[in-house]
Amino acid sequence: MDENKPKAKAFSPKRMGRLLLEIVTILLFLLFMFPFGMVVLNSAKTSREIIFNAIALPSDWGQLFTNISLIFNNPTVDYLGAFLDSALISFFSLIVICLFSSMCAWVLVRNNTTWSKVLFMAFVSAMVIPFQVLMYPLVRWMWVVGEALHVRLLGTIPGIVFAYLGFGSPLSIFVFHGFIKNIPYELEEAATIDGCSRGRTFFEIVFPLLQPIIVTVLILNGIWIWNDYLLPLLVLGSNGIVQTIPIAVTAFAGAYLKQWDLILTSTLIAMLPVIILYLFLQRYIIKGMLEGSIK
Amino acid sequence: MKQSRAVNILFVAPCVFAFIMVIIIPFFFGIYFSMTDWNGVSNSVHFVGFKNFKNLFSSPDFLYSFLITVAYSLINIVFVNVVSFILALLVTGKSRLRNFYRAGFFVPYLIGGIVLGYIWQFILNSILVAIGKSLSFEILQTSFLSRPNTVIWTMAAVNTWQYAGYIMLIYVASIQSIPSSLMEAADVDGANYFTRVFRILIPMMANAFTISLFLTLTTSFKQFDMNLTLTNGGPATRFLDSPVKASQLLAMNIFNTATANRMAEAQAKAVVLFVVLVIISLFQVSVNKKKEVEM
Repeated sequence: MDENKPKAKAFSPKRMGRLLLEIVTILLFLLFMFPFGMVVLNSAKTSREIIFNAIALPSDWGQLFTNISLIFNNPTVDYLGAFLDSALISFFSLIVICLFSSMCAWVLVRNNTTWSKVLFMAFVSAMVIPFQVLMYPLVRWMWVVGEALHVRLLGTIPGIVFAYLGFGSPLSIFVFHGFIKNIPYELEEAATIDGCSRGRTFFEIVFPLLQPIIVTVLILNGIWIWNDYLLPLLVLGSNGIVQTIPIAVTAFAGAYLKQWDLILTSTLIAMLPVIILYLFLQRYIIKGMLEGSIK
Repeated sequence: MKQSRAVNILFVAPCVFAFIMVIIIPFFFGIYFSMTDWNGVSNSVHFVGFKNFKNLFSSPDFLYSFLITVAYSLINIVFVNVVSFILALLVTGKSRLRNFYRAGFFVPYLIGGIVLGYIWQFILNSILVAIGKSLSFEILQTSFLSRPNTVIWTMAAVNTWQYAGYIMLIYVASIQSIPSSLMEAADVDGANYFTRVFRILIPMMANAFTISLFLTLTTSFKQFDMNLTLTNGGPATRFLDSPVKASQLLAMNIFNTATANRMAEAQAKAVVLFVVLVIISLFQVSVNKKKEVEM
């Protein structure tokens, strides 16, 4: 199309404006990516190289793998263990949050009673409470309950998964609630007439319809749980048996003060899985984050 | 009917149980502990009324954290929203790479506050200083984090880097929901780009602005992770004739108070934070109500 137009058009104010905008965007983009570039660059250096010149290219990129193996074989911080624990905690928390919140939201939508309204309001208003008010009493309470029932809640994966269910369900119920409201009730009625029990109606008719919103709930909670620091710190402790990635990174930075080669490599390893996942699921992640924010 | 009632209770139970155990009970304990002399170690806890709260408002350390958090939140709101609005304009333009840019600007949001705090500590303390030395720029040669009067601004800038891509998504969705015929008609009528943005786009995006402003306000007030790993409260400065930490925001003040075993005092500070957040969200609800009436 453009070739057919006169050549002088190439320098019209409109095209110049567009070119200018493109340049501004590229510059901003590079500025946003700059920190990542610096992390990769300096993860491939020795501590001395960084002190000598932090902005130079690394002399030997092989140092990157040396640093990574130094992290994974570190005697003070069990990085691989923290990685596995983080994955397990995120995985189980997401399953329970998704399953139980959708069940709860469905019952709250389909029963128009005072109780369901009160419960829903309680979940929604609890979202205002900052974690700082709850964190110390929570640890105390989990300890008391654990002692009374002879179960270990503090320092264990089931304990923290339970806590994540409690903290994650208000927002998740809210998001599911909004979605289920728009599913026509006739579908469920038809199933009931066909002799399907209430419980089966949910799992066989409603739950499969929730798929798009489940993706949203998984992403909203997944980003939060994977990066969360304070709750794991309080429930698991800073040097307990079960660790998460953010705790391991702080432990590393605490133990190797200003040894940027190791600290940066450890942040690189912490970021990598999230960024790789993002490259594959980009469309869903952006859509999910948006739905979570607007509701 | 009886069966359906059992299903209802069974379906709601897991979330309600976790919610009560993790949020409701610790919340009331938290309010109670704020009026005691709880120190987290001793088992004897005495009720002291509002004494902790009275002490807070004569403690320079708390007043400073409170004021600096308000200042940080205001700076942050302006930074984040201006930058994300500009980003939204750029990625909804005619550029062929707009989806690529949009995806890139969102990446920092995926990195948790802990990890990005270390990355930016390195950028600000090592990279910028190195650049300043090699170009002999006077201002860059001492880190922005070591100066009490620049540290809050620097934190807001780092937070903008993390958060702008997320808020950008809200603005992008809002821009895309405006019929393009409106902008085109104005273009035909001879309105230039800036007139179109200020006269058409911005007034039509009022809803997105309120969502984003309140979102940035509440997250700024709760800021902790990045504060911990970027500055850890430092550098030292003076306020009302006593030494305080220049960048110790409210959430970190609570954390440090509790770490020093002054649990009841920390709890009282947390309750103040809670009250502030309640006021903000009541304000938000009333703004939204007003808008509904206008529409």
